[in-house]
Amino acid sequence: MKKVGVLAVQGNFSLHQAALESAGVPASHILTVRTVEELGNVDRLIIPGGESTTVGLLLKRYGLGDAIQARAQGGMPLWGTCMGMILMAKAIEGRDQYSLNLLDITVKRNAFGAQVHSFEDEVQMTGVEPNLLGVFIRAPIVTEWGSAVEPMGWYQSKVVAVKQGKRIGTSFHPELTTDTRLHQYFLSL
Amino acid sequence: MATVLNGKSKTGPNTWREKVGLAEMLKGGVIMDVVNVEQAKIAEDAGAVAVMALERVPADIRRDGGVSRMSDPAMIQEIQQAVTIPVMAKCRIGHFVEARILEALEVDFIDESEVLTPADEENHVDKHQFTVPFVCGARNLGEALRRCAEGAAMIRTKGEAGTGDVVEAVRHMRTIMKEIRRAQSAREDELFTMAKELQAPYELLLEVHQKGKLPVPNFSAGGIATPADAAMMMHLGAETVFVGSGIFKSGDPAKRAKAIVESVLFKDEPKKLAEISKNLGEAMVGINCSTLPESQQMAGRGW
Repeated sequence: MKKVGVLAVQGNFSLHQAALESAGVPASHILTVRTVEELGNVDRLIIPGGESTTVGLLLKRYGLGDAIQARAQGGMPLWGTCMGMILMAKAIEGRDQYSLNLLDITVKRNAFGAQVHSFEDEVQMTGVEPNLLGVFIRAPIVTEWGSAVEPMGWYQSKVVAVKQGKRIGTSFHPELTTDTRLHQYFLSL
Repeated sequence: MATVLNGKSKTGPNTWREKVGLAEMLKGGVIMDVVNVEQAKIAEDAGAVAVMALERVPADIRRDGGVSRMSDPAMIQEIQQAVTIPVMAKCRIGHFVEARILEALEVDFIDESEVLTPADEENHVDKHQFTVPFVCGARNLGEALRRCAEGAAMIRTKGEAGTGDVVEAVRHMRTIMKEIRRAQSAREDELFTMAKELQAPYELLLEVHQKGKLPVPNFSAGGIATPADAAMMMHLGAETVFVGSGIFKSGDPAKRAKAIVESVLFKDEPKKLAEISKNLGEAMVGINCSTLPESQQMAGRGW
């Protein structure tokens, strides 16, 4: 059976591990990924929420970023939530910071403002029905996207979920809810 | 505009889930004390997951004595404008108006901190009344659960701030983890008495018994000064570390900050830790906690 990795450099990787178990993946098939070697053991990867500046620095410093790019370009399914989507973006508005350039999108960080503006509300989805509850924490939005990118989630007409081949990015955190449909969708890619 | 989704009703902006959620996102990282924009940028560039904006680091608060209060809002705002990572700030224990001011500034987390002079010797802030999340210090499980009952979304050990001596943070983390294991292995009918002994709410103790961990993320602070200190606290159960005076009171702050960030990631690899710990320059000059008179200890503040 295929192994699912969760990037465990920094952030809330443990909640993604729990959500994958709830989605039916046996615990023995859920692996944390901190190094290039550990990436070699998994067939798909989730990049969780966390701080993009912190994780970006560490991905760059230890070559793990290059390894993730190579695997993703070779067809490995990849899903980034919140920080994960920022790290997968081609460009970050107003910031010159490291990213993997695996989604042809521009993101705006902290698009809703500081933590006091964090919220949860319904996200309009295509591909996953019915709509999802989106938990947005200092969340980014997608402000531009290329022709290969398919927007798949909206909140108040802002794009908050995208798909490009076997790669998806979401502004919000399904792993903080008990709804595992998006995890199941990712496992089907 | 409450909508119901999957059986859950929307409770508006900043529910409990978002407060604890931000604490979750900060796991596996380092939160650094900074006193100006320049230090905040060094911290962000080194890979800090958040900064704590304050006018004086604990080592200077100790040196200067007197009453220590919330920082100047102008200084906090400058730091908010300078970095993209979350910015935290401290209010005095029980000082709910300082907390309201920090909330109005839209800081991302408030630390109701024993490092500042307490404003109330009986009551802490009722943190449930705020949209901004709070972190509070604790020395043991009872204190941690009392703070959770008041609405803290993150707990940290108190340690003995501003000393560069990790011994108190170790004592507090070991005590909390030992008491969690005791709660976990207790029979359910023993929890009522245990709650009484710990002076903790029964419902929260029951949650600890069921989950084997605190109801909110468990971080560590107080006296952490080296990469080895940070890695040890992670091994003892901390999910993230706060470094106060340890970075900017050392010889080469940028290098030490980077090293402490890496030590948290590589806590299980002694060879990497050896590399990381090389040539960091002078560590902060420490104060041995056992020589501190009781009147100068901060950890005892909070009730």
